[in-house]
Amino acid sequence: MRRRQFLVLSAASIGGVLVYSLDRRASRLFAQEKSSQSLKIPLRFFTEAEALIVAAAASRIFPSDDSGPGAKEAGVVIYIDRQLAGPYGRDRYRYTQGPFVEDAPREFGYQGKATPREVYREGLKDLKGFDRLSPEEQDKQLRQIESSHFFALLRQNTIEGMFCDPMHGGNADMVGWQLIGFPGPRMSNYADVDKHYGEAFRPKPVSLQQVVGRKVRPSEDEDLK
Amino acid sequence: MKTLRSTDVVIIGGGWTGLLMAKELGSRTALSVVVLERGGPRKTQDYAADMDELDYFVRLHMMQDPSRETVTLRHSPSERALPIRQFGAFLPGSGIGGTGEHWGAVYPRLLPDCFELYSKTVGKYGVKKLPEGHSMQDWGITYDELEPYYARSERELGVSGKAGNLKGKKIEGGNIFEGWRSSEYPMPPVKTPYFSDLFGKATKSLGYHPFSNPVAINSEHYTNPDGMSRAACAFCGYCERLGCMIGAKAQPTNTFLPVIQKQKSVSIRTGTSVRRIVKDTAEAYGKARGVTYIDVSGEEIFQPADLVILASWTLGNNHLLLLSGIGNPYNPATGKGILGKNLTHQVSFPAAQSFLEKPLNRFMGAGGIGMRIADLEGDVLDQSNLPFIRGGIFQGHSVGYQPIAIFGSVPRSVKSRWGAEWKKASIEYYDRTGTVSFSGEQIPYKGNYIDLDPTYKDHAGDPLLRLTINWRENERKMVEYMTAKGVEIARAMGAKEINPFPGYGDYDVTRYQSTHLQGGTIMAPSPERGVVNTFLQHWQVPNLFILGASTFPNTGSANPTPTILALTYRTADAIVDRYLKNPAPLA
Repeated sequence: MRRRQFLVLSAASIGGVLVYSLDRRASRLFAQEKSSQSLKIPLRFFTEAEALIVAAAASRIFPSDDSGPGAKEAGVVIYIDRQLAGPYGRDRYRYTQGPFVEDAPREFGYQGKATPREVYREGLKDLKGFDRLSPEEQDKQLRQIESSHFFALLRQNTIEGMFCDPMHGGNADMVGWQLIGFPGPRMSNYADVDKHYGEAFRPKPVSLQQVVGRKVRPSEDEDLK
Repeated sequence: MKTLRSTDVVIIGGGWTGLLMAKELGSRTALSVVVLERGGPRKTQDYAADMDELDYFVRLHMMQDPSRETVTLRHSPSERALPIRQFGAFLPGSGIGGTGEHWGAVYPRLLPDCFELYSKTVGKYGVKKLPEGHSMQDWGITYDELEPYYARSERELGVSGKAGNLKGKKIEGGNIFEGWRSSEYPMPPVKTPYFSDLFGKATKSLGYHPFSNPVAINSEHYTNPDGMSRAACAFCGYCERLGCMIGAKAQPTNTFLPVIQKQKSVSIRTGTSVRRIVKDTAEAYGKARGVTYIDVSGEEIFQPADLVILASWTLGNNHLLLLSGIGNPYNPATGKGILGKNLTHQVSFPAAQSFLEKPLNRFMGAGGIGMRIADLEGDVLDQSNLPFIRGGIFQGHSVGYQPIAIFGSVPRSVKSRWGAEWKKASIEYYDRTGTVSFSGEQIPYKGNYIDLDPTYKDHAGDPLLRLTINWRENERKMVEYMTAKGVEIARAMGAKEINPFPGYGDYDVTRYQSTHLQGGTIMAPSPERGVVNTFLQHWQVPNLFILGASTFPNTGSANPTPTILALTYRTADAIVDRYLKNPAPLA
């Protein structure tokens, strides 16, 4: 059994998050409470050192800057941690029988043996100390691994963590959806679909739980007792 | 192995075709019918909680689970095939309703000349025009014979659209190039979102004839001939890759299934993985005696039956026949054999990704709704001076877009794919990007076919199906020509920047094309040229019928479901009216 690891974040770094801990206990933190208070988030897969590197790398892929909040505010690292701990991380839904032809042409998709968990664990070894580098040095290091399968996963998972339904641990407070004007699962657009031609129509985002009025079990929790 | 009591009919597969056949036999005969479905049960009420892009659009939770069962693929017979480890180019379904639950519900008929592809092409352009290595052949059935069945399926599912050819009379605003229709669509077209409206106006200004996509999505409240009543579409945008939570998109579970559930003579067994169709001889031909399957508990079962209906989508149909040793497998080296021949996959690609001035609000939409043009389709397009044969349709879809899938599309002038510059451009263009897309015909080739893989196995230890498929000059030239046309349309729509499609290289398993794999158990007017006759009855095993697009000798540019269901109705009539009175070959 692995020693329980935590990611300690300052309260100000995450928008307003409903974070589920490993034992399904919810710790809620509101945006208004921006203080020096820190939040200890139990990790499901990463060690604390790994989580800090992933958080830093996701922040370079999707930075927080003048054009709006990024991976940090959305809690992308929490999203990725949960995905890797769940069925996706262990390749539950991929055909994983050999033989494996690792150097197959691009048109055949990823043919490797390593699961997303293994790809991350291996890839993170090359990024030791990454979170302590300057942004310029971080970008330089990411450019060196840009064509790797690990980076492709990291980039894809970062986008997922920005724009998934908040029940998956990312898109905290729907910051990702607000950033692009996506309203989430609205039950009806009947009255609006053929109106607003050429004008932005931006209903207030709602999450799936708000829409269906109950908690929905996300796929990454399949393995949890 | 446990042997069950014999049933009159066993149907393998609980999707569109299997459930339609079950419903027809259940309501028109006294036969006992058992439907075997490998996946689980489904119902409309479950779908609201599924409005989640990650689990359904990205992780594909409604689709076939490739960890249990997938296919291998290679580009030519000299290569070693590799497994498709995650589905991408096409997305096979599983569970009650099959792919019919999570389809886009576009409902176009095939052009009349698609059924006579070989003779019409030769008649118009001569033998010399035929692409090298083709294996085109006529179906043995014509559009005119199938027309009443198309109309029946449109009333049953509920299709929204506007006719462009009513009994030969051309009607502006509909598709004036379509085959004749005996009746108007059951419902008027659905509403037109902004991007599709832009596409319609632009194509009209270029002299084309845009019309609203016919879709099996309700534009108003609709009650079908079986009395099934369903709501109008709300354009929520959570549509293709999902089931509809209000039942506005026609699916097997909201059309056929409720009727079947009232029929005592039909029973559905979910979680049953059919392994073999059992014959009465060791020969490749004879009579089917029933099927063996593994049930949910893992027990192996023999279900005897007098009539076997194979309705397991293109992949399952081919797989079960090959595993069961029924028929004569095709050999591309000798040209002998027929089972597995003429594998095709509709040409489908984003011709021009268009970056527009104004926001599109493209989270609103549904399935395959939008505007399209058929001016460049099939024999409408004069191919005399073109370097390819056949063509296809352009469309400006408004499917209802989800952010994980589309965020990050930027004009090629933006060089980075991560970091601040990319993020800023991606946000700016997030709701200003629209795609002029194209769907066209892939003609069949001698070298594109299906057999069993010698290396990779499925969950039960059986060999995976192996697809040998690639694009050839005809498709590559067509794609090049159509990309230029798509860019013209995008310009007319006022696109500031355009990313033209880079072209067809080798068949790519990672880029979504369409879930329209076809062929392998093709129909023909003679047993030398087809696995089934035009009633979809196996030429040598008369108590075996095979339903679905695996019976198509070639694709259309049109999506296959309307033709699949029309043919299934025709087969149901032939079984009820003729076969049951005299269980013998129908052709």
